[in-house]
Amino acid sequence: MNFFFEVLVGGLLAGVMYSLVAIGFVLIYKASGVFNFAQGAMVLFAALTFVSLLERGVPFWLCFLMTLAVMIVLALGIERWVLAPLANRSPITLFMATLGLSYVIEGLAQLLWGAQVHGLELGIKDEPFIIGGIFLSQFDLFAAGIALSLVIILSIFFNKTQIGLSLRAVADDTLAALAVGIRLPKVWVIVWSVAGFVGLVAGLLWGARVGVQFSLSLIVLKALPVLIIGGFTSIEGAIVGGLIVGASEKLAEVYLGSVIGGGIENWFPYVLALGFLLIRPAGLFGEQAIERV
Amino acid sequence: MDLGSTELTSTAHTLLPPLLKLENISLAFKGVKAITDISFEVQAKRITALIGPNGAGKSSLLNVINGVYQPQAGTITFKQIPHKQMTPRYAAQQGIARTFQNIALFKGMSVLDNLLTGRTLKRHSTWLEQAFRVGRAPREDRSNREYVEQLIDFLDLTAWRKTLVGTLPYGIQKRVELGRALAAEPTLLLLDEPMAGMNAQEKQEMSEFIRAINREFGTTIVLIEHDLSVVMSLSNHLVVLDYGKKIGDGSPEEVRHNPEVIAAYLGTRH
Repeated sequence: MNFFFEVLVGGLLAGVMYSLVAIGFVLIYKASGVFNFAQGAMVLFAALTFVSLLERGVPFWLCFLMTLAVMIVLALGIERWVLAPLANRSPITLFMATLGLSYVIEGLAQLLWGAQVHGLELGIKDEPFIIGGIFLSQFDLFAAGIALSLVIILSIFFNKTQIGLSLRAVADDTLAALAVGIRLPKVWVIVWSVAGFVGLVAGLLWGARVGVQFSLSLIVLKALPVLIIGGFTSIEGAIVGGLIVGASEKLAEVYLGSVIGGGIENWFPYVLALGFLLIRPAGLFGEQAIERV
Repeated sequence: MDLGSTELTSTAHTLLPPLLKLENISLAFKGVKAITDISFEVQAKRITALIGPNGAGKSSLLNVINGVYQPQAGTITFKQIPHKQMTPRYAAQQGIARTFQNIALFKGMSVLDNLLTGRTLKRHSTWLEQAFRVGRAPREDRSNREYVEQLIDFLDLTAWRKTLVGTLPYGIQKRVELGRALAAEPTLLLLDEPMAGMNAQEKQEMSEFIRAINREFGTTIVLIEHDLSVVMSLSNHLVVLDYGKKIGDGSPEEVRHNPEVIAAYLGTRH
């Protein structure tokens, strides 16, 4: 039984790492109804910028602030050259634009900082320790703590401020949002900057785990089942979805792997997501589509 | 009735400068003319109706006034300040609020939140103040909330305060949209077909609300409406459009007897 819990807790903590990436998607989806394919590229870009600055001897906190500034500049550029010209276009047009954007950002990242793999040391020991007979990774606990604080900060930001209200308004009806005096460019820049910030945090944790390298941009694909299960419009959903994906893929690997062969971990979340699409297409926490017929 | 008098605006308010004056407005979309050389004035604190057959350019004209469309020619003078064109945000800042022909509400939000978005420009605190509930934020929050609750009361929406607007019946949604526009405490309220698709009783109710807004808040109203009996009883001033041109302008009584207007509505040959 102890072994079961160990797998479960390990899976849950690993799931938090998926949640971190998924939150970035949720923010942009909430504001524009678009799946931002470039989120993975933003994670890579942020992590690569951070680690490159760090390797040039810039102090840790300064690196963080400078990278954050770079992500804000990136958001300003995206608003100016991608979102503004495509205002009022269909979501599929915007999705295609983010697809293109992801290649631009990936290219930019490697143009600026090169394509080699960097190690990243955040100064957290990855020695496991034992609570109640269960091995726990110190790094995973740290990541969980970061994710929790991120969720708290974001929920205050979006629920208590006018920006949160404006954000939802813009997503629902751009024209009406303009008519009540909401500044569309400002809302977009803020949302993309915050998504950049979340990307930076995710990039640092993932980078420390697997190294800062090109494959970081592929974690987009792992965030997809998380979003389908949790719902595209809910930050809480991204957390719960991540936990479900993390726990279930590890449990499946351990308990089903011996029956139907190993390597389940890689595809199990997608099958699970498919099940959710059939039963609960809006996800656990997503907004149900409201339509009067 | 003197047929030539329809070009004169009604006499009582001509001494005051108009709140809104459109001069020689022309608007075309890739060469297709939507509005041709239209001029008219809107007197403060009155109800002006834009009427005319479908495609006459009424909605386009409202869109010009609040800056959704930029006209190629003409001047929009609001509160004595002339503009070549407006932008939606600038118009909102100047005190112009509006509703849309096809309801443009934030469907995933409650009635209360929809009305609160109408208060966007009444907030001056920064997001930091709002996040930590310090400085101007708590006071603003309270006053905005109070104002919106009063409006909800005024518009008889109390039963649906927390309901998502997407789930509400059409007539109620129209009223919520009116409330969101009112929440901005506008000087000029533009209503694009506020009674479209309503039955006689709902139209009656909506008329009463519009009249009450005009009377109690002193809001100047420009509205588009097809039901002539409603328009005649509701408005002080009518502007009649057909094929993007102005064919009548005056009091309901004057417009009623204008042969061009009658022709446009009844289909007599021009």
